[in-house]
Amino acid sequence: MSAAGTKTELVNAAKPEGWNRPPVIAPDEIEGEVLEVAMGPHHPSTHGVFRMDVGLDGERVIKLKPVFGYLHRNHEQLAQTQTYLASMPYTDRLDYFCSLSNNWAYALAVEKLAGQEVPERAEYLRVILAELTRIQNHASTIGFLLQEMGASGTPLMYAFREREKILDLFESLTGSRMMCNYMRFGGCRVDASEAWLAATRKVVAGLPAFADEFERFLMSNEILMARCQGVGVLKPDLAINAGISGPMLRGSGVNYDIRKVDHYGVYDRFKFRVPLGDHGDIYDRYMVRTLEIRESISILEQALRELPGGPVMDPKAKIRNFRPKAGEAYGRIEAPKGELGFYLISDGGPNPYRYRVRPPSLINLTVLEDMCLGANVADVVLIFGSVDIVLGEVDR
Amino acid sequence: MIDRLDQIFVLLKHWLVGYLPESWQVPVGVIISVACIVGLYPGLFALTTVLERKGVGRIQNRIGPNRVGPYGIFQPVADGIKSLTKEDIVPTRADGVVHFLAPVILVVTVFMGFAVLPMGRNMVLVDMDAGLLFYFAMGASTELSVFMAGWSSRNKYSLLGAMRAVAQMISYEVALLLSSVAIVMITGSLSLVKIVDAQNHYSYGLPHWFIFTPWGLAAFLMYAIAGTAETNRSPFDLPEGESELVAGYHTEYSGFKFALFFLGEYVAMFSISGLGTTLFLGGWTAPLAALQWIPSWIWFFGKLLVSMCVFIWLRGTLPRLRQDQLMNFAWKFVLPMSLLNLFVAALWRFMGEGLLRWVVCSALLLLAYVVMGRAEMHRKHYGPRSYRYAE
Amino acid sequence: MLGEGILKGLAETAKNFAGSFVSKERLTTVEYPEERTPLPEAARNFPFLVYDGEDWEKGMRCVACQICEKECPPKCIYIEKSKDKKPDYVGKLQIYPAKFDIDISVCMSCQICVEVCPFEAIKMNTEFELATDDRFGGLLLDRKQLAHSNEYYHQLHPTEAADVDARLAEEKAKVEAKAKAAAEAAAAKAAAGPAASATPAKPAAPVAAATKPNEGEPKA
Repeated sequence: MSAAGTKTELVNAAKPEGWNRPPVIAPDEIEGEVLEVAMGPHHPSTHGVFRMDVGLDGERVIKLKPVFGYLHRNHEQLAQTQTYLASMPYTDRLDYFCSLSNNWAYALAVEKLAGQEVPERAEYLRVILAELTRIQNHASTIGFLLQEMGASGTPLMYAFREREKILDLFESLTGSRMMCNYMRFGGCRVDASEAWLAATRKVVAGLPAFADEFERFLMSNEILMARCQGVGVLKPDLAINAGISGPMLRGSGVNYDIRKVDHYGVYDRFKFRVPLGDHGDIYDRYMVRTLEIRESISILEQALRELPGGPVMDPKAKIRNFRPKAGEAYGRIEAPKGELGFYLISDGGPNPYRYRVRPPSLINLTVLEDMCLGANVADVVLIFGSVDIVLGEVDR
Repeated sequence: MIDRLDQIFVLLKHWLVGYLPESWQVPVGVIISVACIVGLYPGLFALTTVLERKGVGRIQNRIGPNRVGPYGIFQPVADGIKSLTKEDIVPTRADGVVHFLAPVILVVTVFMGFAVLPMGRNMVLVDMDAGLLFYFAMGASTELSVFMAGWSSRNKYSLLGAMRAVAQMISYEVALLLSSVAIVMITGSLSLVKIVDAQNHYSYGLPHWFIFTPWGLAAFLMYAIAGTAETNRSPFDLPEGESELVAGYHTEYSGFKFALFFLGEYVAMFSISGLGTTLFLGGWTAPLAALQWIPSWIWFFGKLLVSMCVFIWLRGTLPRLRQDQLMNFAWKFVLPMSLLNLFVAALWRFMGEGLLRWVVCSALLLLAYVVMGRAEMHRKHYGPRSYRYAE
Repeated sequence: MLGEGILKGLAETAKNFAGSFVSKERLTTVEYPEERTPLPEAARNFPFLVYDGEDWEKGMRCVACQICEKECPPKCIYIEKSKDKKPDYVGKLQIYPAKFDIDISVCMSCQICVEVCPFEAIKMNTEFELATDDRFGGLLLDRKQLAHSNEYYHQLHPTEAADVDARLAEEKAKVEAKAKAAAEAAAAKAAAGPAASATPAKPAAPVAAATKPNEGEPKA
């Protein structure tokens, strides 16, 4: 980091062909001095311990360097020293908002590695829980956006009110509100009782009204439109080149939803649509998330209707002394934040030889600078919020 | 009897000073009135902080503070003790004298504005002929203290915040003034007492408040927006926004000085609401002729509290505008509308009594509002969008 | 029209404000610590050791097999085996843990220890008000602090506890039936005459409660 007043050298290392990076303003065009500011790691609006070294020319951003690693907990190395099952509770803590999705991605990877079959009821339960997770994650994200815009927490409280209902459901099924540790290799840990299913149906019946409320907030509030439309534009070819996934990618108009592409689980039995944005700005990403809440509600209704009976765990699955055959597997799902993948190499022992997480938040952050260049300082906070990261995933 | 209740404070004051010799009566009377104002408004401020926290809490589906005292009424006492016992940190490089004077000047100028507000029948401290002018002079002086605070801290972030705040306040000062000028045009006087008297007539039981006229309503709305911006309240509170980069002009203040800034902001809110009530809502007059038996000061403070509730409601609902959007809004929307409003007010006066002037003035204002509103949004391509789906 | 969305937003908040006085749905605050929401049955916080009967030492089900210690992901369980043995619920002599410490500042409430325990000895407690100001030992729970009776378990997780009791009773019945059958066979053999068999009747080996780790635990 250079001191303010000296010439900052912005070095763009040689990028591969097709990397359409917008031109960075060279330092000798600036009249005043460059104000270097560190936003974070203590900051009310960074979603966790995250630092951004921002170079400002007046109010415009000319340089932005994200600095993370404050929450690195050595997850991958730990997983290589313990058994496959013992890593399952640690995957809860990756994206701590969406623990059930993380569990599913890991279980998917291990099931691919070991060649296990999952009973149908377990697949349906997994879909139900994953979609509930998606709803509560998107609701919180939108609530946090409005909180950062200064609406003093009101929409956030509304979102959290709904989230509490979903978390209560999780608690009565899995035992814990957030760190669920529910999926196992070959199915789910416990079966869902009729009482739980009835409670879930009740919660799902109340969700469309909440989705309406949220859509009203976003679609017609002029102040929100003025602050979000046209800000933080991400072009679709840059998004594809940078490996962006999830609502950020779909907000830029690229039709890629892993639930439709990979047909994992029993998703091809449900009818649902994938909303796409046209402009790639913050407003589009938030609207995509709001519309995805509606689609998730529709999937939930279908799944709850068609839930079959049967066991929830593969009878041949082993809890202890689980040694999958040597090989490698990559299991990925459409997590609420993007494509969450687990890459496992097994050497036949009880511990994985190599365990790697593909975190969507980290990959989505690589284009933060491109989106923020030329924007106001006040917009940086909003753009950062629209990437929707969780530091647990970024730093692992 | 009703009359005595209405004039109870005036009668009390006269009775108290009656015990003193002739030459002492007027100064002591003034001192008593000043002491009442200086004692009353901080008390109202304490009440408002609790109301705000509980109001915003209820909007957010939660209870506000409720541990200190029944329903949390003594929370401001706890807050006051906290701010008094905090260490008063002054940065070494800061300009000590200016740093100390900034909150003092803020509080003093804000309280000066109350000198000309009529808080009840015969209850104005100084009946000046140019009362409105005096009020705006004092109101503009508060901006000086904001800048002093930012400058003396020798902190580039505070300075940035202070400059933004001052720019915002100056822009909206113009809008504030222009909306009041319409009132002055119609009543023909700058004296606040005369403005209230002009609204103290009733026809068919309904009062002649200026808000019930088309130009008055438009002026009131613009006054409300400008007033919210003047006191740095949501949605115009970017200078003191917590989730922004710069923490504002009162970063370097702690302890009691910070409490004074806070007090100054809220008392300024009371002051602006008080003036708005006087100009547009008829001051201390009752809303229906039949309700005139309720004392006038109750009406005044009731209207003040209702304005506070509206401020709190706005704060709980709306997100912030960005600085450039704020200034855009002031200069390109509010200012032209207020100029048009002056024209409409003049038209109202010269068209004479009757239904025609209602229709013409309302139509003009509505048309201008809709056209300018559309122009503002279209220029930046803002608007609701529709989304496509993939199967 | 400009301002329409703002007015709609204001109406929404006014609705919430008014609603918070009237409906429980709007005002969801639970004023802790005066009121508490009841926890669902499946809730889990930190583990505890189950004992049958009155005496926590004699009735403790744990046999110090150390499976939970091995499977625990953050390795927060510390077990030391005893030198002597005590009878378990079917009467077989088992070793017991002389020390069984759980460091609850490390435990992450993942419940894997409960899943892998073959003896139904460790279950999840729901107590969460465990704050202490003793930083050097306050969060290291020893055997005595961890021991809670079977009745306590029934109070916390009634369905689960009922299932566990049924299973254990079944095991015990099986063991007793086997023992009875073996005793009858031995008596029959003894009555048939000492010349009939040279080898003494084998003492019946009670089946240890080696149930397979549960794939489908009782319904939550």
